[in-house]
Amino acid sequence: MNASVEQQAFRSDARDWLAANFPPALKDKSYRALADKDPALAADLEVWRSRLAGKGWGAPTWPAEYGGAGLGHPQAKVIQEEMEAIGAFNPIPTLAGMGVTMVGPTMLEYGTDDQKARHLRGMASGEVRWCLGLSEPNAGSDLASLGTKAEDKGDHFVVNGQKIWTSGADISQWCGALVRTDPAKPKRDGISFVLLPMDQPGVRTRPIPLISGASPFCETYFDDARADKADLLGELNDGWSVIKRLLQHERQSQTSAGRRKLDNEEPLQDLAKRYVGTDADGTLSDKDLRARLTDNLMAAKAHELTIARITAEARGQVKVSAAASILKNSATRVAQTKAELKMEIMGAQGVGWDGEAYEADELASVREWLFGKAASIYGGSFEVQYNIISKNILGLPETTQKG
Amino acid sequence: MAALSEEQSIIRDQAKAWAVEQAPVQAFRAVRDAHLPGAFEPKTWAAMAELGWTGIVIPEAYGGSDLGYLTFGLVLEELGRNLTAAPLFASALVGASALLLGGNEAQKRALLPEIAKGQAIVTLAVDEGPRHAPAATAMTAVAEAGGFRLDGEKTFVLEGMAATHLIVAARTAGRPGETAGITLFLVPADAAGIRRAPIGTMDSRGYATIRFDGVAVPADAVLGAVDGGFPLLDATMDRARAGLAAEMLGTAAAAFDLTLDYLKTRKQFGRVIGSFQALGHRAAALFSSLELARSCVEAALQALDDGAPDAAQLCSLAKARMGECLYDMSNDLIQIHGGIGMTDEFDAGLYLKRARVLEAAFGNRAFHRDRYARLLGY
Ligand SMILES: Cc1cc2nc3c(=O)[nH]c(=O)nc-3n(C[C@H](O)[C@H](O)[C@H](O)COP(=O)(O)OP(=O)(O)OC[C@H]3O[C@@H](n4cnc5c(N)ncnc54)[C@H](O)[C@@H]3O)c2cc1C
Repeated sequence: MNASVEQQAFRSDARDWLAANFPPALKDKSYRALADKDPALAADLEVWRSRLAGKGWGAPTWPAEYGGAGLGHPQAKVIQEEMEAIGAFNPIPTLAGMGVTMVGPTMLEYGTDDQKARHLRGMASGEVRWCLGLSEPNAGSDLASLGTKAEDKGDHFVVNGQKIWTSGADISQWCGALVRTDPAKPKRDGISFVLLPMDQPGVRTRPIPLISGASPFCETYFDDARADKADLLGELNDGWSVIKRLLQHERQSQTSAGRRKLDNEEPLQDLAKRYVGTDADGTLSDKDLRARLTDNLMAAKAHELTIARITAEARGQVKVSAAASILKNSATRVAQTKAELKMEIMGAQGVGWDGEAYEADELASVREWLFGKAASIYGGSFEVQYNIISKNILGLPETTQKG
Repeated sequence: MAALSEEQSIIRDQAKAWAVEQAPVQAFRAVRDAHLPGAFEPKTWAAMAELGWTGIVIPEAYGGSDLGYLTFGLVLEELGRNLTAAPLFASALVGASALLLGGNEAQKRALLPEIAKGQAIVTLAVDEGPRHAPAATAMTAVAEAGGFRLDGEKTFVLEGMAATHLIVAARTAGRPGETAGITLFLVPADAAGIRRAPIGTMDSRGYATIRFDGVAVPADAVLGAVDGGFPLLDATMDRARAGLAAEMLGTAAAAFDLTLDYLKTRKQFGRVIGSFQALGHRAAALFSSLELARSCVEAALQALDDGAPDAAQLCSLAKARMGECLYDMSNDLIQIHGGIGMTDEFDAGLYLKRARVLEAAFGNRAFHRDRYARLLGY
């Protein structure tokens, strides 16, 4: 069979399997809507999760022995497309927190066989949630200046220090943490990456409310917390190489400009027609807004085309590369501008916080706009991505840090 | 900064000191968390009247001090810096302006002294949809024996729950979209047939939706000319726009101060982040934009005081330029603060949320760019 015939056959099998297994009640629902209260939907979600996990499609490109399906990226993309086509989605990366998108891929590369055997299946099935303890109050963009210490106690480390902005720490079972194992060495040479269970007496979390009203992240304290030596990911004191790789995976996972259509999101141009009105010839009556809206739609299209081109050039392999920085910034800019435009379109209906004066989607768009401000901060801020581009792609001299 | 008279300097300094001591951002945060009925502290409002700010644009004959719009702008700027919540802008600037520009002697005598005392809260009810569009007024005022009957709904009415009087734009002739045929009415907020509902906005201020069901008003409730209310409405809103721009100037200036301070103190990579050129240039651009916007705001307020022929143009210029400046400023306030900027505990979010509401009120940038072009004849 030639490649395209094979691909066609895979697509049609995937379509059949999805049609037979995706619970119709979940169609076009967002994970967030499901995570809310509806118990019937929650039950459907669990059915869907376990079927996907059984098929290995939670993390389709991972080896089958670790809970994946051993597929290539082109096939994974087919699955993704076929899911989108029927309003389905893969809840497992979300359920796994930082597991499927970041810790897992890094573990596949750096982990021991024992670590892979113990940890990857729980991520790929969405049953074990992971958080990442990187940032500290004085170590944000300058991650290498972190101070959390891990002392060598023979078979384990004792960890002490404070992390901040730890997403999902309060609901995670495991944490991948960057710790200092040799304070005598230069900043980057004395850091290690350890995995530690969150459910132990030495770990404490405190949620931090955000400007959007949500509270997805925490302050995390380690007081004599324990991490087994067997859970050191990578070499001792070589955590910096591990984390560089992990951060590439993080950028990679943040390169889509919200392409997923969730909850039947109305295209921005239709929303604008509805709120702003049209002239006799059907064009948006606010020409200024129309021009800026067009700019944003064009930027979104350019972003999409660039992803397609990079993927094509890499012959179907989605490569973790410096291009991820370009895409992360462009994704962020498109999404943030879109949220601003959406609010502007809605006018006074776009500034609501609560109460009956607003539709649910109006209130949701305000919170999304506010939460969206974080996208240019986390995962390496907008400025830090540009630093990486200038150094790693353009070869300009390093000004401040290694990307 | 404009060359201020001695009196203006005194008022500005007094406003600065008062706001910092009596009504700083922490006080606004407390108001937000307390969910007060009018969304402001009555004692803050009383203090403003005490300080004489409620009478700044009102002539002495009606109990005010007649110090003009530039002076009012100085006060609003300081309140904007601290996000101080009160009906000062809605009533003592917008409401008073409508009466000054269009009220007859009896209306002025009845209400202006009350506004100056802070007893009456008079607010303008103009928009009916989510976007500022005064000409789109559809609410009807039908002439009937001895007066008019009002039917319709107004939304996003500033201080609408606390208001004692409403100045309402309604259609006595013409069609929605036309400027001709609009008439302004002065209506007590407790008139029979009026229903008010609060609106929960992200800036935690007092707005209301106000429904009019067969509200009967006497003929002498008309403000200005029947069918010819639009120029009066527009002139009133120009004062509102310039005043809001002054408040936005303060909000942007405070956001800038916070940002600059952080740039000078937050260290990463062993140095203060302000030493990274990427951020240094942004700070320089923000500061430049603030300076340019300030000139526009002051010019608009001065033009209103002078009765200058280009006042309308300058008011649109001020609202548009200030809108852009505050938009960039509030976004960068969050961005430059990194993670801490995203937390509710820190004040940045309060400024960001307020910024977008101020932008939407009385015409956003797009509205005023369009209006500016029209006023220039293209
Ligand atoms: C919603 C959210 C979720 C997060 N989740 C996690 C998590 O799960 N785990 C975790 O460990 N962390 C997490 N973070 C933290 C995030 O990674 C940091 O906020 C980020 O690295 C920036 O660090 P900082 O906040 O200390 O800002 P700083 O590093 O202090 O940066 C402040 C400003 O300075 C700029 N800046 C810094 N250095 C430079 C430079 N060299 N050149 C130019 N500009 C520069 C930045 O771009 C920013 O604008 C999360 C953050 C948010 C907002």
